[in-house]
Amino acid sequence: MPTAEQHGFRPHSDGAFVPVQTRSERFRSVHVEDFAPVTGREHEWKLSPVAAFADLTGGELDGSRLPLESTDAAGVALSWIPRDDARIGRTGTPEERASANAWSSFGEALLIEVSGEDEKVVTVTRSGLGSTPRAAHTVIEAAPNSRGLIVLRGTGDARLTENVEIVVGEGANLTVVALQEWSDDSVHLASHFARIARDAKLKHIVVSLGGRVVRVNPSTHLAEQGGDIEALGLYFSDAGQHLEQQVYVHHDAPHTRSRVTYKGALQGQGARSVWIGDVLIGNAAVGTDSYEQNRNLVLTDGTRADSVPNLEIETGDIEGAGHASATGRFDDEQLFYLMARGISEDEARRLVVRGFLAEVVQQIGDAALEERLIAALEAELQGS
Amino acid sequence: MSVLEIKNLHVNVETDQGTREILRGVDLVINEGEIHAVMGPNGSGKSTLAYTIAGHPKYHVTEGQILLDGEDVLAMTVDERARAGLFLAMQYPVEIPGVTVTNFLRTAKTAIDGEAPAIRGWIKDVRESMSNLKMDPAFAERNVNEGFSGGEKKRNEILQLELLKPRFAVLDETDSGLDVDALKIVSEGVNRAKANTGLGILLITHYTRILRYIKPDFVHVFVAGRIAEQGGPELADRLEDEGYDRYQVAETAAAE
Ligand SMILES: Nc1ncnc2c1ncn2[C@@H]1O[C@H](COP(=O)(O)OP(=O)(O)O)[C@@H](O)[C@H]1O
Ligand SMILES: [Mg+2]
Repeated sequence: MPTAEQHGFRPHSDGAFVPVQTRSERFRSVHVEDFAPVTGREHEWKLSPVAAFADLTGGELDGSRLPLESTDAAGVALSWIPRDDARIGRTGTPEERASANAWSSFGEALLIEVSGEDEKVVTVTRSGLGSTPRAAHTVIEAAPNSRGLIVLRGTGDARLTENVEIVVGEGANLTVVALQEWSDDSVHLASHFARIARDAKLKHIVVSLGGRVVRVNPSTHLAEQGGDIEALGLYFSDAGQHLEQQVYVHHDAPHTRSRVTYKGALQGQGARSVWIGDVLIGNAAVGTDSYEQNRNLVLTDGTRADSVPNLEIETGDIEGAGHASATGRFDDEQLFYLMARGISEDEARRLVVRGFLAEVVQQIGDAALEERLIAALEAELQGS
Repeated sequence: MSVLEIKNLHVNVETDQGTREILRGVDLVINEGEIHAVMGPNGSGKSTLAYTIAGHPKYHVTEGQILLDGEDVLAMTVDERARAGLFLAMQYPVEIPGVTVTNFLRTAKTAIDGEAPAIRGWIKDVRESMSNLKMDPAFAERNVNEGFSGGEKKRNEILQLELLKPRFAVLDETDSGLDVDALKIVSEGVNRAKANTGLGILLITHYTRILRYIKPDFVHVFVAGRIAEQGGPELADRLEDEGYDRYQVAETAAAE
């Protein structure tokens, strides 16, 4: 008769479990050659279809200015700055090869400066990027006590790897929406690095709808006391689509707060989503209040949603930290129930998906954009 | 005068062990304003009858008819049946993530009536019905049945019955799992709906206890996929005393 001990159920005598590598100790560099070629076995790539974008992780990139159009508003200024400008590189450093390749390759960076306390919205649309592999760098800077909402939108064809730096000055309140509405064959890999100053707030929203592979990885450094990040995400993965987001929040100062909420729907053969949520509460981050969640709604067979929350805590003195992850099916019994109340099949599906994703849409805080997104989601639902 | 007719209904389901006939020739006529209790032991096919009327895709009709005022119900999709005036209060109501009760009720009402209800009157109706059913107003903003207790789910079914105003309702074991207070509240809801709209009711139950609150005009004893006996309310009293054994013995004898 084997005992529990023989099966390995032994009490640990060697102290607490220590992860091999904490998130803050990951290798970082802005130089692409510092990273080994991507094989797909690396922890940061193992859930991604790396063969679909070898050109972006390994090849030469066109680093010229991206074609873009922008709306304008008082208090938001756009300009191009050279790669050696001191305003570049203040928020973070690439942790993987696609990001480093973009950093090594971009020519000029797009600088978006937000100032003034009035609410304002500017949408920057990048479209017609074509099939050439490209690199880009963007710096969004919110001056102290400023407010604003910046939408960074992508449409049409693209093979793009880019870095987006977000500098949120003291007491500023900034919203950044990354809206991916690329064409069906497009590939877009993005790393966002946000640094949040004292008592500043960033609402960061990733909306991924279109593109063959879209991977947007936002990292937030809560570097000073009282910083706040609300990281929201919304994705709708259709047949053959891979939509990924690796979200990292680093609590690195006292009394910082984070809320991470990502919701996705998957529909059709081969529809795929990946969400990894890393939260690190460093030993300086006393009084941290943190919660992260990911929820997926599976609409058909043949889909796969990976959802991996990780929480590392280096201080005992926190207010709260939690995570949740759930993947649920919209099944035939739900359909039957709604139809038994007179609701048509199409409408039943729409009702469920809309309701599920609306929770995120409603938090964007701009009525026109919310309406547009609801319409885009409707189109996703119709299009299958 | 509306009428729901079930004629010689035979129904199969696919099981892991192959096709099984569950309903074996059911005949039932329900007129508007009548309450028919269908009582039977577990596994006799009561829910199968309810689901088949509503059009659940798992149940295959091999013979017989269901007619609503002469219209062929079996030719209708699930949503068409509901719009034609049929309602099923489910034994196990389904949770719908992401859809609030408010949104769900309005969408269903709009689908059934073919037009959106006038906002002010509708909000008032919903509030009133919820209050009658002793449902906390907070339920309106919760997702349909998500995290509801058994009793709350049943109240939510009756709430829909009251608001959607069907011509015929099938109540599948609405009483099971309810404590006596909840049973009273739910029964009052059913009686109120009947008083307001004069609907016909097929009240499926395993126990006689709900019949103290909802008075049937007819009682049908359901055993092994068909009606074994029918009569007036007095038949329920007899079942209360004697149980179903008598029929099951007869059924076993007949099968041998
Ligand atoms: N979907 C189904 N798949 C397989 N067997 C079923 C299914 N529905 C009902 N049955 C079987 O049919 C019989 C009658 O079930 P049901 O109609 O639920 O009875 P009741 O509601 O009277 O308890 C039972 O033996 C049950 O196991
Ligand atoms: Mg049953």
